[in-house]
Amino acid sequence: MPSLTVPPGAPPILQSLTVPPGAPPILQSLAVTLERMLVRILVLLYLAGAPALAQTLCQPNASNGYRVRISIKTALGNQAYEWNENEMFLFRATMAFAMRRYYKTETYNVDNIIVCNQTRRVSFWFVVISPENPTMLIPKADVEKAVSMSRHRINNAFLLTDRTLEFLGIYPTLAEPVNPDTPPWLIVFGVVIGAVFAGIIALLVSSLLQKRRKEKGMMEDGQDEEDRQMKGVENGINLDGIYNRGFTDDDRFTKL
Amino acid sequence: MKNKLPNPGLDDRIPSHQELERMEKEEAGDRPKWDNKTQYMLTCVGFCVGLGNVWRFPYLCQSHGGGAFMIPFLILLVLEGIPLLHLEFAIGQRLRSGSVGVWTAINPYLTGVGIASLLVSFLVGMYYNTIIAWVMWYFFNSFQNPLPWSQCPVNANLTDLVSECARSSPVDYFWYRDTLNTSTSIGDSGGLQWWMVLCLLCAWLLLYVCCLRGIETTGKAVYVTSTLPYVVLTIFLIRGLTLKGSLDGIKFLFTPDLNELMNPSTWLDAGAQVFYSFSLAFGGLISFSSYNSVHNNCEQDAVIISIINGFTSVYAATVIYSIIGFRATERFDDCLEGNILALLNAFSLAEGNITEGNYAESLQNLNGTFPETIQSLDLKTCDLQTFLSQGVEGTGLAFIVFTEAITKMPVSPLWSILFFIMLFCLGLSTMFGSIEGTVVPLQDLNIFPKRWPKEAITGIVCLVSFIIALIFAQSSGNYWLALFDSFAGSIPLLVIAFCEMIAVVYIYGIDRFNKDIEFMIGHKPNLFWQVTWRFVSPLIVLVIFVFYFVTKVSSNVTYIAWNPSSEDFPTLEVLEYPAWIYVIIFILAGVPSLVVPGTAMFKLIRRCCSNKNVYGAEVDTVSAKVQMFTTKT
Repeated sequence: MPSLTVPPGAPPILQSLTVPPGAPPILQSLAVTLERMLVRILVLLYLAGAPALAQTLCQPNASNGYRVRISIKTALGNQAYEWNENEMFLFRATMAFAMRRYYKTETYNVDNIIVCNQTRRVSFWFVVISPENPTMLIPKADVEKAVSMSRHRINNAFLLTDRTLEFLGIYPTLAEPVNPDTPPWLIVFGVVIGAVFAGIIALLVSSLLQKRRKEKGMMEDGQDEEDRQMKGVENGINLDGIYNRGFTDDDRFTKL
Repeated sequence: MKNKLPNPGLDDRIPSHQELERMEKEEAGDRPKWDNKTQYMLTCVGFCVGLGNVWRFPYLCQSHGGGAFMIPFLILLVLEGIPLLHLEFAIGQRLRSGSVGVWTAINPYLTGVGIASLLVSFLVGMYYNTIIAWVMWYFFNSFQNPLPWSQCPVNANLTDLVSECARSSPVDYFWYRDTLNTSTSIGDSGGLQWWMVLCLLCAWLLLYVCCLRGIETTGKAVYVTSTLPYVVLTIFLIRGLTLKGSLDGIKFLFTPDLNELMNPSTWLDAGAQVFYSFSLAFGGLISFSSYNSVHNNCEQDAVIISIINGFTSVYAATVIYSIIGFRATERFDDCLEGNILALLNAFSLAEGNITEGNYAESLQNLNGTFPETIQSLDLKTCDLQTFLSQGVEGTGLAFIVFTEAITKMPVSPLWSILFFIMLFCLGLSTMFGSIEGTVVPLQDLNIFPKRWPKEAITGIVCLVSFIIALIFAQSSGNYWLALFDSFAGSIPLLVIAFCEMIAVVYIYGIDRFNKDIEFMIGHKPNLFWQVTWRFVSPLIVLVIFVFYFVTKVSSNVTYIAWNPSSEDFPTLEVLEYPAWIYVIIFILAGVPSLVVPGTAMFKLIRRCCSNKNVYGAEVDTVSAKVQMFTTKT
């Protein structure tokens, strides 16, 4: 005799199918067949309804969904590729990868990323459903964090940038500014000012030396004249004897 | 024509022709001399060709009817520029002295003209060198890739660009915030900006090293500073012509609009531009010319330098507008791309559906079917002519428009370095003339003891100018500079130029002047010079002066300020000057102009009130002529 106990978690309709013990064997086998059919129908309905259910989860302006906009021609120009189902598959796979990375689990799959409302612009909406519970959507904040974490990898998978692969609502974090220890302009300034100081000092020193040389030259000329007078060199001939200083012509050097 | 005012004692004050010949032969080593003619020509060309040729003339040309502006410009160049230039060269060469010496020699009551030149050279030199300091700041910052004015900085928590920059543009932000750190009004001084003080120090030290020994050192420096700008302009022309949109810019610049010739302000602007472009009335040209040999052909020099100046203005305008055309085309393309993207996004159309070609009709179609969506998009109107006619002049052209254009060129740091070296050379060679026009009159007036060497006097002038120019290194420095530019460098120069012409033609005597020129260059000046010196040029200068004076006095004096919290930001805010500024304006414009009659009155009063009649006598002795003066009470 087949067991006619209805499992506790069964839907109420099955429970109402319980046949009282002591029923004739035909009724019992009929109940079993019916039970199996119902289970199969329900399973089939469930399986068929799941995508439909999921489809209702993904809607434009869904509370937990994001809109993605892709501009391939702007980014790549002549080398732009065609957006087709394969590319969409890559997108879903990349998103699953991002979720895996963020949660540090290996439970996420391509099926967990639902996409809808694709346009010719190439823009579409997507939601992420939890692998444990297919009716539960991953909250917006978590999806945003996951995308931000792997943004670079997602961009590179498509040869795009933050500007051409847009997640509307998720702002890219800006690159940290490079702060060199010395601002570059100070270095150039230092070089120029050093050269200028060197120039000033060189010119001033050379001016001073020139002036000293001129003064020295004038003094020496005067000194030579007096010496020649004193030593008694006249017309280039050395005269013997002591020169009589009474006859020195000092008047020549007095200024008028 | 015997129109001449009485001028006793003129022959005693000036060297005669025989004395000039003697000085020429003996080569008195006291006065500096040019090493060769090339140095002299390059120095004069450098003094005349300055920043105004690059950033004032192209703007005037474009805003006053393009190619048609050449007509008043060339006419006034011939009628006003060349005669004035020839006059200054000839009088300097004849009287062998700087501006104060020349005018005092013509008549002691005219010393005021020389002093006015001194004051104007000093004031203009102060603010002009500050512009060079700004150029040096940009030059120092050009040695990095990417250039600091090509992108906005990020705010403290790395979430967004700095708001002031995001609302205006990276080049505006770099100029107004990073460079000037400008305050919101001229009254708000905001303290000294240390980086600006450093650049200012560098600029003055560099000027000092070049002017240390007068024309000995500047004569060597001008080989580089006067020729390099032409090389850089040519490089930019070649680069510019290979860029998209450059020919649109050049066409826009030169498209003639002959109706503008009927507008009197076109002629007045052309006259003013010719006058200021030749750096007349600063005293520097008289000084430079006095170092020449007596028989130098000053007539030929004047014509050649005028032609070079005019040609440089037109050449620079072509180069500038080829780059502006490129920038305008880039802006237009960006604007259109932005609009197309907005349309594609709003209607989710495939990329490539709307291009530049079918933009107009696509927009019309969409507007017909979905007018509300189009309205909500708030599309910008993109018009190439508007972008081209965003005519900017002055510092706006160099530091905002041109730097933006440079960031869009490949290998931007190289073009930036070249551009700012060119501006630096243009400014520095003009500063040489300014310093000459300040130092030589100071020496002539015997303000410093004669023992002091020229190096010391130049050093003192540079030091004092640097200290006063620290005003321009404050946050409000930009507004002070605009004030100096409008008032110190405009009205006094016109007054001085007018007085110069009257002095030479009617007080020195045009007949004596003609004979001098015949002695110097071998032939008398022809009818053209006679007519222009006696009537045409003074009349033109007088008309421009009256026009300027009336405009300035009758209009409300306002200035434009950068205020991030104003309503129309990033448009500059128009503010009125506070009341105490009028004192400053009087000092800048009034004092140099009033010094001319003021000195004459002062000397008159001193002579009358002293009640001493000074008798001069000459006694011929065996050794020399002895001058004797006795005072009889």
